[in-house]
Amino acid sequence: MSRYVSYRDFDWLLIIFVLMLCGLGVMEIRSATVHTKFAGAHIKQLYWIGGGLIGMFLISLLNYQALLDKVHWMYIVAVASLMSVMIFGQKYLGARRWIKMPGGQHFQPSEWVKLILILAVAKYFADLHHRELSWSDFIKAGAMVGVPMLMVLAQPDLGTALTYIPIAIMGLFLGGVRAKQALAVLLLAGLVMPLAWHKLKPYQKDRLISFMEPEADKQGSGYQVIQSKIAVGSGGIWGGTGTQTHLSYLPVPQTDFIFAAFAEEHGFVGALGVLLLYFIVLMRLTQNAQTAPDRAGTFVVMGVVAVLSFHILVNVGMVVGFMPVTGIPLPLMSYGGSSVLFMFLALGMVMNVRMRRFVN
Amino acid sequence: MFGRDEKVSSIRLTAVQYIILVIFMILAYGLWRLQVMQSDFYAQLAEKNRIRNVPILAPRGKILDREGRTIVDNYPSFSALLLRDSSRDLNADADVIAQGLHLDAREVRERIRKFMSMPQYQPIFLKDDITPDELAFVEAHKNELPELDTIMAHRRLYPRNGFMAHLVGYVGEVTETMLNQPQFEFYNPGDVVGVSGVEKQYNQVLMGQNGSRRALVDSRGKEVGRLDETPAVPGKQLKLTVDVDLQIAAEEALEGKNGAIVAIDPRNGEILAMVSRPTFDPNDFAVRISRDEWSKLVNDDEHPLLNKAIQAQLAPGSTFKIIMSTAGLQEGIAQDMHVTCNGGASFYGRYFKCWVVAQHRTHGVVGISKAIYQSCDVFFYTLAEKLGIDRIAKYATAFGLGQKTGVDLPQEVSGVMPSEEWKIRNFKQKWYAGETISVGIGQGAVAATPIQLARAIGGIASDGVLHRPHVAFPTDLPPSIKPASAPEDEVHVPIDPQNWELITDAMTVVTSPEGTAGSAHLQGIDFGGKTGSAQTISNSLKAKLGNFGKANYKDNAWFVGVTPRRNPELVVCVLFEGGEHGQFAARVAAQVVKAYVEKQRRQPTKMAKDAGKVDVGAIWSAPDDDGDKNNGLQAGHFFLDVPKKPLPLAAAAPGLQ
Repeated sequence: MSRYVSYRDFDWLLIIFVLMLCGLGVMEIRSATVHTKFAGAHIKQLYWIGGGLIGMFLISLLNYQALLDKVHWMYIVAVASLMSVMIFGQKYLGARRWIKMPGGQHFQPSEWVKLILILAVAKYFADLHHRELSWSDFIKAGAMVGVPMLMVLAQPDLGTALTYIPIAIMGLFLGGVRAKQALAVLLLAGLVMPLAWHKLKPYQKDRLISFMEPEADKQGSGYQVIQSKIAVGSGGIWGGTGTQTHLSYLPVPQTDFIFAAFAEEHGFVGALGVLLLYFIVLMRLTQNAQTAPDRAGTFVVMGVVAVLSFHILVNVGMVVGFMPVTGIPLPLMSYGGSSVLFMFLALGMVMNVRMRRFVN
Repeated sequence: MFGRDEKVSSIRLTAVQYIILVIFMILAYGLWRLQVMQSDFYAQLAEKNRIRNVPILAPRGKILDREGRTIVDNYPSFSALLLRDSSRDLNADADVIAQGLHLDAREVRERIRKFMSMPQYQPIFLKDDITPDELAFVEAHKNELPELDTIMAHRRLYPRNGFMAHLVGYVGEVTETMLNQPQFEFYNPGDVVGVSGVEKQYNQVLMGQNGSRRALVDSRGKEVGRLDETPAVPGKQLKLTVDVDLQIAAEEALEGKNGAIVAIDPRNGEILAMVSRPTFDPNDFAVRISRDEWSKLVNDDEHPLLNKAIQAQLAPGSTFKIIMSTAGLQEGIAQDMHVTCNGGASFYGRYFKCWVVAQHRTHGVVGISKAIYQSCDVFFYTLAEKLGIDRIAKYATAFGLGQKTGVDLPQEVSGVMPSEEWKIRNFKQKWYAGETISVGIGQGAVAATPIQLARAIGGIASDGVLHRPHVAFPTDLPPSIKPASAPEDEVHVPIDPQNWELITDAMTVVTSPEGTAGSAHLQGIDFGGKTGSAQTISNSLKAKLGNFGKANYKDNAWFVGVTPRRNPELVVCVLFEGGEHGQFAARVAAQVVKAYVEKQRRQPTKMAKDAGKVDVGAIWSAPDDDGDKNNGLQAGHFFLDVPKKPLPLAAAAPGLQ
């Protein structure tokens, strides 16, 4: 296999932009945590990035098509791991997301499952025989994503569960979903909404309410949204001294609100620059999808595009007040091992596809 | 055949790219809105977050008496609190802290638990008003117990035991209803303002203006830097017209009785003393008063919170006869009037008794002078019938009855002076001539406050010149405060000189053995006045209630006295609730007058300096009627046994000085 692939085909351009984003992230993490108890987080982030890069290289060595052939097993393992979290999982911060490993480390399966899901969805749609989806195909696709999603929801982890949805949507869209089917889903979503509202935990309800009306609970759930807007707004065009971040008014600036911290310090110019970088990354990824050797490859890359776009939309949307507060991190910039590793492994898959684009 | 090599629809891929572009443009717009369009708004909010205004509290002005002695002051009050943003285990230290602050350890733990849900920068208040040794405890343990801290606030210190409580008043936090009123526009929640008495009336003078200090804070509320500072403007001190020495004498005189005393200088309206009993301790209000204690005070039948000197409107009884006399003489009726008092008389089909019947005698033939010093009811019933209610009302209102005196204290009541017009206006009924009879002796619909009577009778004795009573010197006040008494406030009611002399001379006979207050005689002092004994319920009702009526509805005793008799320097009005006989009120007034005169003649000063005996030379003084046993004659030399003079109550403070 490696005869046909060379590292010249590695998407160096993509890596450069990705590393730029990572670098800005590390800088901002350092700035946001320098006088707090999280100081030194940026060093840890560098380790994660390093590890991620290694992982990316390793994955790109494999043949994705061979991986896709084995995807059924991987899917079963994924579902099994989610099941084991439900049964053996440790409750931490009110959610059962982690399993304690013998070595004492914590293992959060929901991120791995995301990766496997991208592959599974890709394989499924790639193998379809029709240009348009039949109802049974449609439902099967829904189930394939829906089952793990519900399991994650039960943990409960609404945020991560929601990130499975773009994978499904992308797959359906590219796989030839029919207008009628799309409408059916929307209708179903509409009917389920009131039921879903009841099932939401109080803090989640609070977050939605604060989204509508941040002033209603200034000190409680509205606080994060308001502080985020203040931080971003006070950055102006060229950026400020980052008082809100440094005086701890902006909550969790190194993770969920890293974009707000960055926008405060670097202003509209800086924030727009970051958005531009992300946009370039996404366009580059799409280009890789277009040059993929087969449908499966395209689906894989677009699956990654879907997840990445979703994260950016929800996180930046939350920071500027267009979206309710969720726990969804900003990929490549937010501090956090799972997020960083997931991104680099996903990028590894993309590299994988790209490197084999001339192979047939 | 559609297979795995078939490419994904390029249209759809392009569509995805455009969708992503749209999403990013929406996000960029969001940024634009916050950072370009509304950036000033958010920059301001960012400032507000991190800059905090800490008020610098202005100390409230002191209240002094006319000689500059401090009556009300502030004292520094320390509160102990527990800081929470340290890493200390508060529960572990709870026992030590409780011991040092004399608290119950369980209570301390309970508080810590209750505060768990509050933001960490809010400290836990453990105890207000800590004593010096508790303060020392906190200071000494600064290293072992860094979470323990103190905060200082100024508290108002009032004299103990309710001394001058009604006149001075007390302070409290401004309430929401008050804040809604226009005069409180510039006040903030948490401000301490006067709630009653002088504290309320002169709040603007006493209050001062808080300053502020701008500090840089982090999100936990911790101060991390200091910006600028506006200093506080302290409140001005207020000098009252009250004389503490006379006030002490008045408070002692009324001890154990309910009622009120007002002592005024009729030449200018300055109030020298004002007492109301029962009293309350305003220091209880300085720290927050419990709801139960407050209800108890408010619902107490004897109304301790009421300043009876200006808020008790009661039938004045025979003291009203002075006004009647003035009216009668000015109208030319009373001069030559002679009435035979056989213990009562009939008017309009009703028999009206004269009080003298209770002593199993009659007054016989009385003229105006004897009617005054023997307080003959029959004479004044007759006079009332001849004058008619409207002429009585004309003189009474000229002397201020039925209206507020305008004293510079809050919530004065106006009393009642009936007339034909008054009856129609308030009861839509005609005034019956029969009702005038009881008014003649100060009963019936007439109601007056002690301060009104003091002003009226003091004015009559001052040749008809009346002033507005006040407690603060008008010249001391800043220009923005309207003075309590202005030259326009002087009222002149014309009284013919002979009438004036007649009345004032008769008043002096009252305090001689021939008068109704002989037991209040003061040797060597020109002291006169009028007694009064006012029924609180009608005779028939009292009879119906039998012994209960006798025990609970005793007559009120009144006395208004002046010294000297004409153009007096002092007028004293005493209301002795349930005192029954005016002469008891007269004795109270005599005590006050004696204290005043003795101070004028500088006697107490000499006495206060020495303990034991004082050599006052060869002055002969016989024992007085009022039981002054200090005098003795020793071989031509005269020594006085000096009683131990009590400390002025105003200067003592708990644990300080």
